[in-house]
Amino acid sequence: MEFFETLVLLLASTIRLTVPLLLACLAGLYSERSGIFDIGLEGKMLAGAFGAATVAALTGSAWLGMFAGIGVSVAMALIHGVASITFRGNQIISGVAINFLAAGLTVLLGQTWFKQGGRTPQLNGDARFNDIDLPFVDQLADVPFLGSIYTHLISGHNILVYIAFATVPLTYFILFKTRFGLRLRASGENPKAVDTAGINVNAMRFKAIIITGILCGLAGAYLSTAQSSGFIKDMTAGRGFIALAALIFAKWMPIPALFACLLFGFLSALGNFLQGVELPIIGEVPVQLIQAMPYILTVILLAGFIGKAVGPKAGGIPYIKER
Amino acid sequence: MTDKSQANEQRPDSAAASQIAPALAIELSGINKHFGPVHANKDIDLKVARGSVHGIVGENGAGKTTLMSILYGFYTADSGEIRVGGKQVTINDSSHALELGIGMVHQHFMLVDNFTVLENIILGAEDSSLLQPSLDKARKVLAQLADEYELNVDPDALIEDLSVGAQQRVEILKALYRGADILILDEPTGVLTPSEADHLFRVLETLRAQGKTILLITHKLREIMAITDEVSVMRQGAMVKTLQTKDTDPAELAELMVGRRVLLRVDKGESVPGDVKLAVEDFVVKDDMGITRVKGINFEVRAGEIVGIAGVSGNGQSDMLEAISGMRKAASGKLLVKGQEIIIDGDDGAAKMRDMGVAHVPEDRQEQGLVVTFEQWENAILGYQDDDAYGEGVFLSIPAARAEANEHIKKFDIRPANNRLKVANFSGGNQQKIVLAREMSRDPDVLIVGQPTRGVDIGAIEFIHNQIVAMRDAGKAVLLVSVELDEIRSLADRILVMFDGHIVGEADPATATESELGLLMAGVSNDDVSVSNGASVSNQENVALKASDEKSAERNMQGESK
Repeated sequence: MEFFETLVLLLASTIRLTVPLLLACLAGLYSERSGIFDIGLEGKMLAGAFGAATVAALTGSAWLGMFAGIGVSVAMALIHGVASITFRGNQIISGVAINFLAAGLTVLLGQTWFKQGGRTPQLNGDARFNDIDLPFVDQLADVPFLGSIYTHLISGHNILVYIAFATVPLTYFILFKTRFGLRLRASGENPKAVDTAGINVNAMRFKAIIITGILCGLAGAYLSTAQSSGFIKDMTAGRGFIALAALIFAKWMPIPALFACLLFGFLSALGNFLQGVELPIIGEVPVQLIQAMPYILTVILLAGFIGKAVGPKAGGIPYIKER
Repeated sequence: MTDKSQANEQRPDSAAASQIAPALAIELSGINKHFGPVHANKDIDLKVARGSVHGIVGENGAGKTTLMSILYGFYTADSGEIRVGGKQVTINDSSHALELGIGMVHQHFMLVDNFTVLENIILGAEDSSLLQPSLDKARKVLAQLADEYELNVDPDALIEDLSVGAQQRVEILKALYRGADILILDEPTGVLTPSEADHLFRVLETLRAQGKTILLITHKLREIMAITDEVSVMRQGAMVKTLQTKDTDPAELAELMVGRRVLLRVDKGESVPGDVKLAVEDFVVKDDMGITRVKGINFEVRAGEIVGIAGVSGNGQSDMLEAISGMRKAASGKLLVKGQEIIIDGDDGAAKMRDMGVAHVPEDRQEQGLVVTFEQWENAILGYQDDDAYGEGVFLSIPAARAEANEHIKKFDIRPANNRLKVANFSGGNQQKIVLAREMSRDPDVLIVGQPTRGVDIGAIEFIHNQIVAMRDAGKAVLLVSVELDEIRSLADRILVMFDGHIVGEADPATATESELGLLMAGVSNDDVSVSNGASVSNQENVALKASDEKSAERNMQGESK
């Protein structure tokens, strides 16, 4: 029973750690499916986190904070768009620039405005997204196994967690069942075919990266106003890159993206859980190894051991209409 | 041939039709288009009658594709008028062209490879924001079109799993699904096998019969003669002339295209075969996937002769070429150069063959023959860069390499004559000349040539053919692989036909008819052919033909070649 409780807590932690990865991963999915590589997920998430925490601290509303986070992140996405779509710049360089810009600007503005070493003030009450208890939690709490699963795994998360998981089927639907999705995917595979079909490729790509901005903003807001109670320097801690790894791992498909993010989320929950724990035979668990697993798995995947990861064919190439 | 008689039957009909309803589907007047300093279209006038097949011919770079792209809204003209169905229009983008009923089948298909046929059909023509209704509708329309026009494709197949011919059918279906009345086809047969091309022409005839207007861009004169009602010739961005197809012939069209007389037939004397220079025995080659592509072939090539390998592409020719040129290890069998067995093992096979005096002009010049982002002088010594002539040790003598490059430019009339230009900026014909110049200048004993004139315009074809014949006359052994039957027939001294990895027959180009070769290429073996024809009879006939009326035979050849 104790083992079971531990497992449930580990899985609950997995869910909480999966959310930012999942949002960022789906964000990258929209962008890359339209043919724009986005290595700047990390930067957009960080800027979004800062924007959300700042506005939440000033207004006391987590929701206003979230919209501010989305706004900041979309603005960053548009910088990426103007550089790489309108001016046909190198998408990787533009993405790296976004990451640097976010890392520097958040700390600079944070220090200037709040004078707390780059932090934003501590958020309390409505300035944070608080956990929601679903109906019947109290009644079910004492039911063995099921009660524990319901209270800790299904109930007891903040609204952004539910939004994140709902985004997966939504993305699947948009991508594969709608006109917008068809055109988006075609833009990333063969933009010339899209152009000759009378569709504006660059407009499609801009729409895609705006969605990317929105989802990165949500991921950032989750980090600073739901998971933590405020912004701290470099709080994304490489999650944008792990999300990118998950995207490759999932072969740019939304449902596999969910499982890739859950796997990577589980690995980082496990890493936290085993910190300093002495296990029989192995001794102290090398936490760094567990934390490195997402990258190791992705490298193994890219080396071709687990199927083949082929990205959108036109990814990374600016679309030029006239020769 | 049958093509001709068919066309003759149809022409009076369409002429009559145009007298009754002289409506023009398209009228272009005074179209100009510049790309930077290049004047790609100069004051173009063009009238296309409704319900006709109108051919547009011209060399590469003559401005055909630019003109059609203007009509399709891909580019906008700098000046000039476009009338569609009598109404003046401005076409700013492809969606506008589609609204006007103009559809285009591009040379490089505009299809998304990992989408299904249905998804490609509806892309850009979806009826609502949800896909399902459009997909259902497209499935119905496709079934209807398949019946009407012999355009069968599996609607749920992925494009990447379809043959090139089927992909082209999807392109045509895409245009028809959007309600195209005017169909522009840009070099539609360049990628097709002969039987696929025949199928395409049947489809086009049905479309014409249904009242559709077809604009056919091509540089293959034979296709123009076979299917068009009218033909317009473009040269260097200008419209030279529009003719009734029945009033012209390939020689006249070629002359108009190039601006001078062109010999469509290769002028060559008898071959004088010498010693065996290249031979393969029980040669077996597997491809990267481990599939056996060449299944035990035997042949030899003697000094002073051109042996042509004919066959529909994909029957093992490419793998054979790679193995003979040393790029790929043969699975079994022997490869002999000048009587000496060559063992290809490891990555230096191509260099080994070159050391043995075997020069290779690869099938795909851009992938295998050149580094297109390098300059011409660098490409001129590619593969020979370790020669002491270009510097000793680790150093490269750039002046020596440049001198060599200039030599090539002069001897092969490579244009523009600038050895510092990146190869990507040369036209297809000139790129091919760069490869040929490099391979022929080393005085090889054996020359292996794959698809020497693929994507090359008619003036350059003549030059390249003459160079290959000159190599033969200089006593070299030449192995020529081409999917262009006309090319094989006019160049080769002996024809070997390859089918499904086997050499299925040998033919004498002087006597073999096109239908005999066609049967061989389709996998019907030599014996079957001679049984049905009666070999002795056909031989006598051929001798008689040769002796009595060489001139008419020559004319026939011209009619059939490009």
